[in-house]
Parts: sequence; C-alpha cells; structure tokens
Amino acid sequence: MESLSRLIVEQAGLNADDQKAANAAIGAGFAYGLAAIGPGIGIGYVVGKAIEAMARQPEAAGMVRTTMFLGIAFTEALALIGFVVFILLGL
Amino acid sequence: MAEPVGAVSPSTDTVPEVEVSTDMVKRGLVVAPALIAVCGVVWGGDGAWSAAYGVAIVLANFLLAAGTIAVAARISLPVLMGATLFGYLVRLGLVFLAVYLVRDAPWISRPALGATIIVTHLGLLVWELKYVALSLAAPGLRPTTRPTNAPSTH
Repeated sequence: MESLSRLIVEQAGLNADDQKAANAAIGAGFAYGLAAIGPGIGIGYVVGKAIEAMARQPEAAGMVRTTMFLGIAFTEALALIGFVVFILLGL
Repeated sequence: MAEPVGAVSPSTDTVPEVEVSTDMVKRGLVVAPALIAVCGVVWGGDGAWSAAYGVAIVLANFLLAAGTIAVAARISLPVLMGATLFGYLVRLGLVFLAVYLVRDAPWISRPALGATIIVTHLGLLVWELKYVALSLAAPGLRPTTRPTNAPSTH
C-alpha cells in the first residue's frame, strides 16, 4: 500500500502532506471494502440457513424470520463499524 | 387469489420484521434526545446535529431492511434471498451516500456521527434482542393487545 501511494505521489508530483492524505484515503478505502466482505458472507449464511429452516418447517417461519432479521442486523453492524472507520480516516 | 408458490407466509399474517423494526424505531426515538444531549455536551452543537443525523440514518436503515424483507418474503424464498443480499449492498450504498452528501457541511462532526451510528445500531439491537429472546423462550408472557373491558375468565 505504501508503494502504491508513493507511486501515485511520484506520478502526480505531490508533497509529503499530499502523500499522507493519499495514504489515509487508500487505507480508508481498504478498511471499508474489506469490512464489507465479511458481513456479506455472514448475511448470505444467515439468510441461507433461515430459508432452509423455513422450507423444512413452514409453521415456524415467523420465529425464523424474527431471528433472521436480528442476525442480519447484528452482522451488518460489522460493516457499519468499518464504515465509521472509513469516515473517520478520510472520507 | 392464490398464494404465490414458495411464499413464506400468507399476506394476512403478521410481519415480524416490521414489528421488530417498528419497536426499535420507537425505542430509538425515545433514547435519541439522550444521545443528542451527550454528543452535544462532548462535541458541542455540531455534535448534537451529527448525532441526530446518525440516529436518523440508523432508524431509516432498520425500516428499509425490514420493508425489503417483508415485501420479498410475500413473493417467494428465492426472492427473499436475493432481496436480502442485494438489499445489504444497496443499504450500504445509501448509508455511504447519506454521509458523503454532508461530509463538508459546517454542522457535521465526524466522530460524533460515527459514534452515534455504532452506539445506536448496536444498542437498539441488544435492547430488542433481550425482548425477543424473552418472548421466544416464554411465548405465554408475550404482550398482547387485549381490550381492557374483556370479560374476566375467573
């Protein structure tokens, strides 16, 4: 990442402050992108298992959907934490 | 009208996601003044405005997620799967857009906004989870909307 930012700075002819800002922007982008991958996998797993449960036992669909919704929201909290790091580092 | 093939529940059933998210929104509106006051004390007026904006983002995110799932569940299970996953992407994009549009506004305090988003999201979820866990473990204790003038069984 450091070499990437140095390459950008050299190509654009920027100073040290600009390089620092570029580092922060690249780090923030990586933080947000990486933080969104895990919850994406987690939500897919939660919903997949919930659908399996609803297909096996349709009479329990209400309970399963309630639990699924909460599971999705908890998993999504990870992405929101990554997003907050992103806005604090360099939106 | 015939129910669509693969529908999770008939349209006349209650919609659990909407009930859960409505509960969380009500609780969020109750605790919002306290959050805004705390952020106002720590970060000043900008912090208070940012906290209000953060609470609004979180509550809108909950409502949108519940609405998406509720609509998709009435259609079919594959649609539910797709709507949930793509809904996640769309909602992340909307949250990003909501913050991006005000990033340079004079009333924005980024630490206050970030702290409010995390605290509100996790706090409301834990609060609701406590209630849901209790009502799932002991369904007999679940609150019902019984009319007050109902005849007594004793």
